[in-house]
Amino acid sequence: MKYIDEFRDGELAKNLALSIAAEVQAGRNYSFMEFCGGHTHAISRYGLSDLLPASVRMVHGPGCPVCVLPIGRVDMAIDLALEHGVILCTYGDTLRIPASEGLSLMKAKARGGDIRMVYSTIDALQIARDNPDREVVFFAIGFETTTPPTAVAIQQAEAEQLSNFSVLCCHVLTPSAISNILESPEVRQWGTVPLDGFIGPAHVSTVIGSRPYEFFAEEYRKPVVIAGFEPLDVMQAILMLVRQVNQGRAEVENEFSRAVSRDGNLKAQDRVAEVFELRREFEWRGLSVVPYSALKIRKQYAAFDAERRFEIDYRSVPDHKACDCGAILRGVKKPQDCKLFGTVCTPENPIGSCMVSSEGACAAHYSYGRYKDAA
Amino acid sequence: MTKIKRGYSKPLDLKQGRVDMSHGSGGRSMVQLIAELFAKYLGNEYLGQGNDGAVLPAPIFNGHPGRLVMSTDCHVVSPLFFPGGDIGSLSVHGTVNDVAVMGATPLYLAAGFILEEGFPLADLARIVESMARAASEAGVPVVTGDTKVVERGKGDGIFITTTGVGVLPDGLELGGSRARAGDVVIVSGSLGDHGVAIMSKRENLSFDAPIESDSASLNGLISAMLATGADIRCLRDPTRGGLAATLNEIAGQSSVGMMLHEKVIPVKPVVAAACEFLGLDPLYVANEGKLIAICAAADAERLLAAMRAHPLGREASLIGEVVADDHHFVQLTTSFGGKRIVDWLAGDQLPRIC
Repeated sequence: MKYIDEFRDGELAKNLALSIAAEVQAGRNYSFMEFCGGHTHAISRYGLSDLLPASVRMVHGPGCPVCVLPIGRVDMAIDLALEHGVILCTYGDTLRIPASEGLSLMKAKARGGDIRMVYSTIDALQIARDNPDREVVFFAIGFETTTPPTAVAIQQAEAEQLSNFSVLCCHVLTPSAISNILESPEVRQWGTVPLDGFIGPAHVSTVIGSRPYEFFAEEYRKPVVIAGFEPLDVMQAILMLVRQVNQGRAEVENEFSRAVSRDGNLKAQDRVAEVFELRREFEWRGLSVVPYSALKIRKQYAAFDAERRFEIDYRSVPDHKACDCGAILRGVKKPQDCKLFGTVCTPENPIGSCMVSSEGACAAHYSYGRYKDAA
Repeated sequence: MTKIKRGYSKPLDLKQGRVDMSHGSGGRSMVQLIAELFAKYLGNEYLGQGNDGAVLPAPIFNGHPGRLVMSTDCHVVSPLFFPGGDIGSLSVHGTVNDVAVMGATPLYLAAGFILEEGFPLADLARIVESMARAASEAGVPVVTGDTKVVERGKGDGIFITTTGVGVLPDGLELGGSRARAGDVVIVSGSLGDHGVAIMSKRENLSFDAPIESDSASLNGLISAMLATGADIRCLRDPTRGGLAATLNEIAGQSSVGMMLHEKVIPVKPVVAAACEFLGLDPLYVANEGKLIAICAAADAERLLAAMRAHPLGREASLIGEVVADDHHFVQLTTSFGGKRIVDWLAGDQLPRIC
């Protein structure tokens, strides 16, 4: 497949692996966090860590939109479907996130909720047009990648006077999550999570550009290499990070230059700014309440805000006591460190959200890598 | 004596007509539906007996009664018509293949139809005609059947259940528990065609090179494979859950592991591209005209040659080995140079967000 195979080539991977092996210094360990679930998925699916020297460790970050969504937010969506009788449109992965009372959107669907998986906001708008007598709510989750399409959908709905369409906005912001990790005591004070650098987001960066990461590189002295989601992108980024560490540099470098510029997609940023504003605070799974880390719909578009329209409030729900998703999302623990991993918590019956999406650290390790634990 | 006039019955309107409740109620309408539609297309000497069941000759193998293989399969596909087939042909292929992968020669099929009130008779005729064609190509007649009608909203147009009966040659034992470390894993052709054809139709995706379902009866290919005398341990058709589900099943039943090699697993470029698009992994996507053979390594070449000589096995490929593994993992060496598990699917394959 053209434009895909080139980025998954085994021979090139071998050469990059040799370069990385030659570059790492003896007696030194390298811990890099890949922020995005897309990278986590690529690393696991292609068996990428098998090609890395033992001294290079990849820490899975919180950049999986499904994994950071707290129970209370999923409860709101379920409430809309079951109690308010709306047609709830959602992206695929979201269907399995565990919510309160043993429910998930998929289970709510079996209880009679009209919950439909969509590939894009365009599908959700069409469902609203096709069902003028029903309320249609789009469950908008994700980082900056999925935010512009939601903004456009709201503006489109307004232009068409599609009065039965609204959005349950749960969009979150990447830079706030990175700051939160870097500010955490495990990284800053205790050093229990050694972090020598970041692989920066791929798709998110196409929207926000590479500029927002410059602060982290300067302020926290951590190198950032923005990388695409293909396995060779990740290998190349690891090589670039190792070189920065060895040379004592902490800069933002862009491996994904075929799609990411310093300023990003200004048009998309404008649309987002027109429709959304910062939330004062937002609860993340794993990171708890993070100030100014998410978006809400501006007053001007209040008619399309499902939270206002249905007068539903967010209620915080604690995670399962034994679930280590929080620590795993912050890089403090590995999936196999959790007592529940692979026993009561499996992809069929996820207790925590990291076991839901194949982007989640636990599901990725369970589905692709757990043979390593057996050895 | 007055002569009773023969009543005129208006023929079924196969252009504009629709299924209504009377077609399942046991009266004249039902008889008419059977006569003018089912019997017309599927008719054969057994179905023509018109009794509650078909009287069939006992299958004889080498002059004595052979062992029977029986299998049943329900078909609920949406959309009903898709590139490369429809629910009718699929309901024949699915069951013929389930019987054939046991090593048996499929002999008879039974078909049950659940029709939803309002379903267009034209679509029903198209489906039954396609079923008849598939049955005749496979050489397996539909010998008995049943039709029920459910109220509008209580079905999805049409559901078809088929049951197949076949006869198993003496001495032949195929089964999922017979794989041994050292055996090889062979697949008869490219993976994922059926599932992707269905999903791209559902999502209204079109590609420059159209993707067609691989739906086909495999009994011909299988009899060519059995004729080689190769030591085949197990045959399976990787339908729901794809290659991954089938191999995990066999690994569990035989208490072994498997090591596959991504580079040699055949996937058509257009299917691979569609999977990228839809967020799917072709190893988990359904097939309806492919089989997996676990075979003694020494006989692999002979078996592959016979498969490649058959139109449905031209792209047959040896994709991996059975290995000893207490955890019964199915693993894969990636084209990239790493290793990973090919696990059971957890629920449906859902597209990722980012």
